[in-house]
Amino acid sequence: MKQILIISGKGGTGKTVLTGALAALATNKVMADCDVDAADLHLLLAPNIKQTHEFRSGKTAFLDKSFCKQCGRCINLCRFQAINENYLIDPIACEGCGFCSFACPQNAISMQENICGHWFVSDTRFGAMVHAKLGIAEENSGKLVALVRKQAKDLAEKNKCDWVIIDGAPGIGCPVIASLSGIDCALIITEPTLCGLHDAARVIEVARHFSVPVRMVINKYDLNILMSETIEKYCNENNVELIGKISFDKSVVAAMVEGKTIIEYKNCLAKKEIIAIWEKLKQDLNN
Amino acid sequence: MIISVASGKGGTGKTTVAVNLALSLNNVQFLDCDVEEPNAHIFLKPIIEKEEKAYILVPEVDEAKCNYCGKCRQVCAYNAFAVLPPQNNKKGSILVFTDLCHGCGACSFFCEQQAITEVKHKIGIVESGYVGSMRFVQGKLDIGQAMAPPLIRQVKEAIDYGKTVIIDAPPGTSCPVVSAVKGSDFCLLVTEPTPFGLNDLVLAVEVLRKLRIPFGVVINRADLGDNKTEEYCAAEKIPILMRIPFKREIAEAYSQGKVMVEVFPDYKKRFIDLFEKIQRIEQE
Repeated sequence: MKQILIISGKGGTGKTVLTGALAALATNKVMADCDVDAADLHLLLAPNIKQTHEFRSGKTAFLDKSFCKQCGRCINLCRFQAINENYLIDPIACEGCGFCSFACPQNAISMQENICGHWFVSDTRFGAMVHAKLGIAEENSGKLVALVRKQAKDLAEKNKCDWVIIDGAPGIGCPVIASLSGIDCALIITEPTLCGLHDAARVIEVARHFSVPVRMVINKYDLNILMSETIEKYCNENNVELIGKISFDKSVVAAMVEGKTIIEYKNCLAKKEIIAIWEKLKQDLNN
Repeated sequence: MIISVASGKGGTGKTTVAVNLALSLNNVQFLDCDVEEPNAHIFLKPIIEKEEKAYILVPEVDEAKCNYCGKCRQVCAYNAFAVLPPQNNKKGSILVFTDLCHGCGACSFFCEQQAITEVKHKIGIVESGYVGSMRFVQGKLDIGQAMAPPLIRQVKEAIDYGKTVIIDAPPGTSCPVVSAVKGSDFCLLVTEPTPFGLNDLVLAVEVLRKLRIPFGVVINRADLGDNKTEEYCAAEKIPILMRIPFKREIAEAYSQGKVMVEVFPDYKKRFIDLFEKIQRIEQE
């Protein structure tokens, strides 16, 4: 079984579109959406939720004013400016460290567990999918991502699947780091812009820092051929295998509006190019 | 006034709007708070005058004083300590996982042996400088560092309240975005009129409502997608403050790191109008 993670560094380069396409092309696989705070894969895969689980992580401080003697110790000790001069705790600023609770001489502060999101196991027309929804303004600690990864892997092993295909988050922080562990191939999808290259280079550094092999795809490459060539040069110089280029194709958005992956849409250039990318990736990873 | 530019979905045009808005105004300070992947510098090409290392405080244990009592592990909410007490004449041991540490200070405070000191752990850099008369600050997270919010907070320490502050926020709807937009007077949500754009816009709106920050929407690539974003904004009474059509020339200029208001000067007036609309809403 091989696990493929689709990341980008820069947002909006086409991770979810590509994940959806690979979901349509690969056989015998489990899909996972690890972009837990802005999940979109469900808009293409239309999952039928079979299991819903609460995700509990971290705590928030609650101050009971009836015990509070307003000594100010909690305010002085809190490093996150979560307690104001009226002894009101801001649940968004509170990082749940519990320092105030341990330190309060009146035991006026208790720590209450957060339900900060939910995770789901679903059926889709392409197979099983594990996904999640982080609560609004919750801490994206990477724990929910790690949980989605583990559930997807366990499910794939149980069902003797060949692939786990994972939609990743933008950036390089904890959601991306949490999604990288145990990955067989981090597929970097970028766009032919200076920002795309700058950000791809950073996320490639992160992947390599965690010893994950990378491959590259340039999306909408014909929006700037010169820039695409610059990215190809970067790949050559940095030992990154470029496994394909996808043309800018308005069919991609048209398919998305209809809730379809590009593979299920009428014949178009982007579809052909993605099919070729999958064939190459399959071959590479199976050897 | 502090204006943050966020989105929910990545790649909708936050940096484009933030940069071009900033360049169309006077007396501006630009803060790039997308510390994981800062891009504004590509367009603004700032002269950097100062680079400061950014740190969080993490515990360091003096094992000569440590008695492996495990109190630090008890008070640590993040499982950043592994403590093995002495057994069978074997010395105890203690491990600190600095990547898990949130820098709260509880461990060193409660250690009865005074065995824990807090030491600086570098998480990134904060660079400051200028672009013409505009002040510029950006944060850049070190590769392999997991947490953006502490660095974002440090970038925001540089806020000059006497200026119009434009904050380029990260994508998403969780803690990095919250850190970036918190405390702003107004937030611009840049979106694209596609199902993904709308899905994430709805989440971003929920974040801003929870934070009680007034906001308005900018629709980018406004002619590529469907009408549902317009319908949503109308139903929720969310003002759409600007619409930017998809034009290959704009996309090409962006791809080369060129500034829209320099390549297409007509847009400067549109960004000034955008600012005036924000001012009017903020005054209400």
